Amino acid sequence: MAKRSLAALLENKVRPKNSMMELQPILSTLRRHKVILWLLMLEIALICAIVCNGVFLVAQRMQHMNMPSGIAEHELVQIQQAPIAPPPDRYARAREDLATLRQIPGVLAVGMSNQVPFGGSSSNGNVMLSPTQPHQTLSAAEYFGENLVQTLGLHLVAGRALRPDEYVDADVVIKALADGSDKGFPMPMLVSQALATRLWPQQNPLGKLVWLTPKASFRVVGVVATLARANAYRTATAQYSMIIPLHMGADKDQSYLLRTRPQDRQRVLAAAVAALRRIDPARVITHTRTYDQIRSDYFRDDHAMAGILVSVIAAVLLVTGLGIVGLASFWVAQRRKQIGIRRALGATRADILHYFQTENFLIVTFGIVLGMVLAYGLSLWLMAHYELPRLPLSYLPIGAIALWLIGQIAVLGPALRASHVPPVVATRSV
Amino acid sequence: MFAYYLDLALRSLKRNKVLTALMVLAIAVGIGASMTTLTVLHVLSGDPLPGKSGELYYPQIDPQDARGMMPGTLPPEQVTLIDGMNLLRAKRADRQALMEGGAVPIQPDSSAFDPFYVEARYTTADFFAMFDAPFRYGHGWSGADDEAHARDVVITRQLDDKLFNGADSTGRALRIGGSTFRIVGVLDDWRPNPHFYDLGTGSYDYYEQVFMPLQTALELHFDRNGSVDCWGNGTGGQEGSAYPSPTCAWLQFWVELDSPAKAAAYKQFLIHYSEEQKTLGRFVRAPNVQLRDLMQWLDYNDVVPSDVRLQAWLAFGFLLVCLVNTVGLMLAKFMRRSGELSVRRALGASRRALFAQLLTESGVIGIAGGAGGLLLALLGLWLVRRRPSDYAALAHLDPEMLAVTFALALGASLLAGILPAWRACNVSPALQLKSQ
Repeated sequence: MAKRSLAALLENKVRPKNSMMELQPILSTLRRHKVILWLLMLEIALICAIVCNGVFLVAQRMQHMNMPSGIAEHELVQIQQAPIAPPPDRYARAREDLATLRQIPGVLAVGMSNQVPFGGSSSNGNVMLSPTQPHQTLSAAEYFGENLVQTLGLHLVAGRALRPDEYVDADVVIKALADGSDKGFPMPMLVSQALATRLWPQQNPLGKLVWLTPKASFRVVGVVATLARANAYRTATAQYSMIIPLHMGADKDQSYLLRTRPQDRQRVLAAAVAALRRIDPARVITHTRTYDQIRSDYFRDDHAMAGILVSVIAAVLLVTGLGIVGLASFWVAQRRKQIGIRRALGATRADILHYFQTENFLIVTFGIVLGMVLAYGLSLWLMAHYELPRLPLSYLPIGAIALWLIGQIAVLGPALRASHVPPVVATRSV
Repeated sequence: MFAYYLDLALRSLKRNKVLTALMVLAIAVGIGASMTTLTVLHVLSGDPLPGKSGELYYPQIDPQDARGMMPGTLPPEQVTLIDGMNLLRAKRADRQALMEGGAVPIQPDSSAFDPFYVEARYTTADFFAMFDAPFRYGHGWSGADDEAHARDVVITRQLDDKLFNGADSTGRALRIGGSTFRIVGVLDDWRPNPHFYDLGTGSYDYYEQVFMPLQTALELHFDRNGSVDCWGNGTGGQEGSAYPSPTCAWLQFWVELDSPAKAAAYKQFLIHYSEEQKTLGRFVRAPNVQLRDLMQWLDYNDVVPSDVRLQAWLAFGFLLVCLVNTVGLMLAKFMRRSGELSVRRALGASRRALFAQLLTESGVIGIAGGAGGLLLALLGLWLVRRRPSDYAALAHLDPEMLAVTFALALGASLLAGILPAWRACNVSPALQLKSQ
């Protein structure tokens, strides 16, 4: 065994210095340690697959967490309340509450809504482009409530906002539909740009009609740039929203939304709760939150998952790094005598150092090649089981560079130790 | 012999502390990560009613209109009020209960508390017996109470502790949403996880504190929670003023059937009911029924969050990396001892004996790694419990998972030891000894 390796080592020294030439002795040594080589390659390949897909998953989560809501997030607070005993007229109570909230100093606008973007609890309607079509076209969020464009800070890109005189009490509509009547329809509505583009590609959406039930028709009078749904699970459909001019009665599912300057949010919230309690001391305030809290609550699991993924990636890299250190140390210890002979024959410390660095680079490179295939396979498996897009090819070079770096850092210590083996070792027996 | 191998293993492990520590660490972190995620998965996919779940079924029928009808379309996941009441009153199962979630304001007599809202379940008489809900005091209400819209209420031990300091409060009055109810029973601790009977209101760590007859709650227009699925001109209604339309499915209906034969007969009854309703003109579609038992229902609803499954896969991928790493390190370690092993071979030890000795060494690493992994898993679960997810509070290690931890660690390390041990005990002693 020693003969050929020794020959290889000697050969290296006699030949003129050339980096290509240096590969051959390394390769021939690796050929003699196939099992260890394969183990290292397999490990590198597994890490390559896990790290590439892991980083991609983190990026996906980050993208999801940064999904736009289309509203003035830092200027909004939400209050939800519930009466102990129902008031005689829920609509009158809502009007009274809204009028009172508008009086609070620092409040720029007040609105009321049955849902908020990323609020979790959602109301959705099945949208149809004709009252008789056999299948619904899609499902979109139905925002009901007052003064939403101004309060939420929505950006109107076409048409006009809803006028106060266009609003109808929800009970009137519910009753009409229960009786099978289409009295009062079509009602005006606003749609999000994403919904308009999906329903009427390349056409002007203003004046178009949609049906939410065979009787309930709506005419588009305005388009808002962006308005996310309350349950925005899938990026593709997250921005399909409609705003319908319905007055909702005061109840536990409605939110009072107040727009204010960011620095006034806590003060306005406290003042608003006090004002609502003055109107009805017996009511229970169930939720008071800034919109920033709503958003972070909605994405908390994604946030946690991204954290877990990052920790696992870091742990995988650390364990492997330590493993490479261990194996390289063993390898150096096993070849002390050969290193000594090389040094005695005139190899410099740098030669020895480069030998181990090049060897590590080669092994990692083989591992990466195998790892790319594995990474792609893992991506296909993830696509089949989780709603994920395919791993973009740009992740593969990033993974490769990370692994080369880790490999080089891990091997540096043992390689330096190897380069310090004195030539005199060659003359000693073990 | 084993004691001798153990002694040899410990000596060998002591000789190269860094390499030993690396191997133990690799196994420990791999096992720690796997056991953390596996425990969460185990807790979340558990049976909420062991021993009883096989007898509980969730019937589904299809009262929707023709719109959106396609072959293979699944029936709605809930029932309409009309169908629910029809099926309830038909009493074709051993027990049956119709239910809906909600929230009610409790107005305590004492001025010590402000009024507060609690989660409530509006249901029918059989609910408690069907789901084995244990009573601390009193009992549930009867079917006659259901029909009489009785102002009866069952509260949880938690609410009883809060309002009555844990005293037997049966027979006492409780003001709920402006009406006076009579407490007929107090439940002992009862926390089925997942919240199987109504996954729409919450899957994990969701508990109602008040239970009352469904028809009473509907009469009093108490607020409801959960999803509504409407068709035709149906609307979801508005809290307090109108419940969802007749063409909306929004209630849950469960039946208890104690034999597969009864389940088959009940499915026939559902088909028969659908046909009958179609003749009456209420249903449009051909009978489309499902009768899943409790565990099938949880499975169908993918109740375990997909992130939790993904985390488990991720942890096993990580364990695999750690194992490959350990195989490499063990190989290095065993091959380095070729000299020592050759001497033992030359002195007459069989290959089998060497193999056993080396595997003992792997096993010791595995046990140490398992102990480290257990500590890391406990730390991991503590971190999981600190997360805000609704299932977080449930993540605890049970004895079963403790045993799995050590089995997995030992199995993994022995597996990692096989290849290195086999390679090492195949060295040819003569060549090795000569080259020394």
